[in-house]
Amino acid sequence: MVDVDIEQRRGEFALAVRFVVDAPIVGLFGASGAGKTSVVNAIAGIGKPDRGSISINGTMLFDSVRGIDIPPERRRIGYVFQDALLFPHLDVQRNLLYGQKLCPAVDRFIEPARIVGLLGLDRLLRRAPMTLSGGERQRVAIGRALLAQPRILLMDEPLVALDAARKDEVLEYIERLRDDVRIPIVYVTHSRSEIARLADAVVVLTHGRCTAVGDAESILNDAAMVAATDRYDDAVMIEARVVAHDSSDRLTTLDFDGGQLIVPQLDALPHDRVRVRIRARDVALAISRPIGVSVLNVLPGIVAQIGPRVGASVDVAIAVGNATIRARITQRSLRKLRIGNGHRVHALVKAVSLELRGNRYD
Amino acid sequence: MLIEGFGAHEWQIVALSLRVAFVSMLFSLPLAIIVAYSLARHQFIGKTIVDAIVHLPLVLPPVVVGFALLMLFGRRGPIGSLLDQWFGIVLAFRWTGAALASAIMGFPLMVRAIRLSIAAIDPRLEVAARTLGGSRAWVFASITLPLALPGIITGALLSFARGLGEFGATITFVSSIPGETETLPLAIFAFTQVPGGDAAALRLSVVAVLLSLVALALSEWLTRRFATHADGRR
Repeated sequence: MVDVDIEQRRGEFALAVRFVVDAPIVGLFGASGAGKTSVVNAIAGIGKPDRGSISINGTMLFDSVRGIDIPPERRRIGYVFQDALLFPHLDVQRNLLYGQKLCPAVDRFIEPARIVGLLGLDRLLRRAPMTLSGGERQRVAIGRALLAQPRILLMDEPLVALDAARKDEVLEYIERLRDDVRIPIVYVTHSRSEIARLADAVVVLTHGRCTAVGDAESILNDAAMVAATDRYDDAVMIEARVVAHDSSDRLTTLDFDGGQLIVPQLDALPHDRVRVRIRARDVALAISRPIGVSVLNVLPGIVAQIGPRVGASVDVAIAVGNATIRARITQRSLRKLRIGNGHRVHALVKAVSLELRGNRYD
Repeated sequence: MLIEGFGAHEWQIVALSLRVAFVSMLFSLPLAIIVAYSLARHQFIGKTIVDAIVHLPLVLPPVVVGFALLMLFGRRGPIGSLLDQWFGIVLAFRWTGAALASAIMGFPLMVRAIRLSIAAIDPRLEVAARTLGGSRAWVFASITLPLALPGIITGALLSFARGLGEFGATITFVSSIPGETETLPLAIFAFTQVPGGDAAALRLSVVAVLLSLVALALSEWLTRRFATHADGRR
C-alpha cells in the first residue's frame, strides 16, 4: 500500500499530492511537468517534501510532523530511472549485485539467478553497460533495483528513451515481473497505452495535484484522465474475456460487461482476460439496428453523456451494459438523428479497428 | 659520462628529490580529493574564497609562498611553534618542510584535475547507488572515486612533477642543505654557480628529464588502464 500526502514548493512549481492506493501495479499518470517525478523522488527519499507524510506497506518513511526522514539507502525502495543509470565502471553482473551485497542476508528474498532468468540477462553478465542496447540497459536496471530487495519498485518512465520495438520488449519483461516476483510497482508514465497495458490502479496528476485515483478501467475512461493528457485521446478501455476462436475467419469472440465483441484473432486462450481499446472515431451510431452493414459489432446501448464538442464533431458516451463506449460523430448527425441523453442507440464498432492490450495489436 | 660522475652525493640528491615529491603528493592527495569534491558538488558559503585560496600558489611568486611558510611554520611562527611544542615536529630547514612547500605549490594543479573529473560524473549515478542501499561514504568509495580515477592520477602526476621541480618556495622556506633539503633543482642551481660545475649540472638535468619522462609514461599507462575501465570497456 502506498500512502502519500505531501506538499512541496520549488520556485513557481507547487506540488500538493494526496493519495492512498493499493494495487500490484499503480500507474502514476500525467502530462510532463505534472509532478510525477517529484512524487516518486519523494517516495525514494531523493527529494524532500516541505510537509507531509509517506508510508509504504505501513512503514513510515517520511513524516514532517514527527520528524521522520529515513535516508534513501535505508528505505529499501527500488528505483528504475528513465535512462537506466548503470554504473559504467562495473560490468552487468556487478551492477546487478551492487544493491544485493548491501542488503543484510536475512532481508533477501529475491535470488540473483531468478532475476537473471526472468529478465533474460544470462548472456549479458560479463558485458559492460556501454555495449548494451537501450532495452538491455533497462532490463539490467530493473534487475539491479529488484536485487536490492526493495519493498516496492518505482519506475520513472522507464521506456521513454526507447524505440517502439524495445518498448514492447521491456513491457513484456515488466509483465513477467508482475506475474512472477509479486512486488508492488509504481509505474510513472505519460503514455495512455502503457497505463492501459500495465496498470491495475491509476493516480492522475495534473499541475502538481492529484485529480483522480481509481482502478485502471474506470480512470482510463474518465474525463479527468482526458483532461490530464496533453493531447485529447478519445479511446475507452474494455475489460473482456476470450470466449472462442473462429480460425476459418481468423476472428476471436470476446465477452465483456455489455455483450460480445468480435475482434481479429489473437494469441490468447479461452477465458484469458484481455483489454480492448476502442477509439471514439472508430465507433458509429445508429438509432435502430441497421441491416446490410459490414460492421460485425452492433452493440445496443443508452446515451449516457453528450460532449465534449470539438470542431465539427461531438463525442457521445454510450452505456452498453456496465461498460461505456464513446462514439465520435458529427454535430450534424447528432442533430439529424435527434440523439439525446437516455435515448436507445446502437454502437457500431468495426472489428478490424480494435486494438488489444498485450499482443501485437497493441 | 652520466654514470661515471655519479657519486654518493648525486644519488642522495636524486633520492631526496623523489622522496620529497612523492611524500608531498601522497599527503596532499586526500585533502585535494575532499576539496575537489566539495568544489565540484556543493554550494557553500565562502566557496569563492576557498577556490581563490586553493589557486593562490598558482599565481603567486613561489618565493612569496616560501616566505609565508617561513613566517607561519618557522620555529617561532604561530603554527610552527605549536607543532614544535605539542608534537615535537619541526618543518623549517627539514626535508619535511620541503615536502610541505612542494605540496602547497602542487595543490592547485591536483585539485583542478580531480575537480574536473568529478564534475564530469553524472551525480544521478550517486543517487542511484543511494537508492540501492549505499551510504554516502560507501557510494563515494564505490562509485565516485573509481569514476574520478583518471583525474586523480593526472592530478597526482602534476603534483609529483611540480614537487620535483619546486625551487622558489623550497629554497626560501627550508634553504638548500645538502642531504636534508637540497633537491634536484636546488643542486643544479648550486652547480651552475660554481666554476667547473657545468658537467655536474648537466648530469643532474638529464636525470631530471628522465625522471619526468618516466613519471609521465607511468601516469599515461595508469590513466589508460583505469580510464578504459571507467568507461566500461575492457
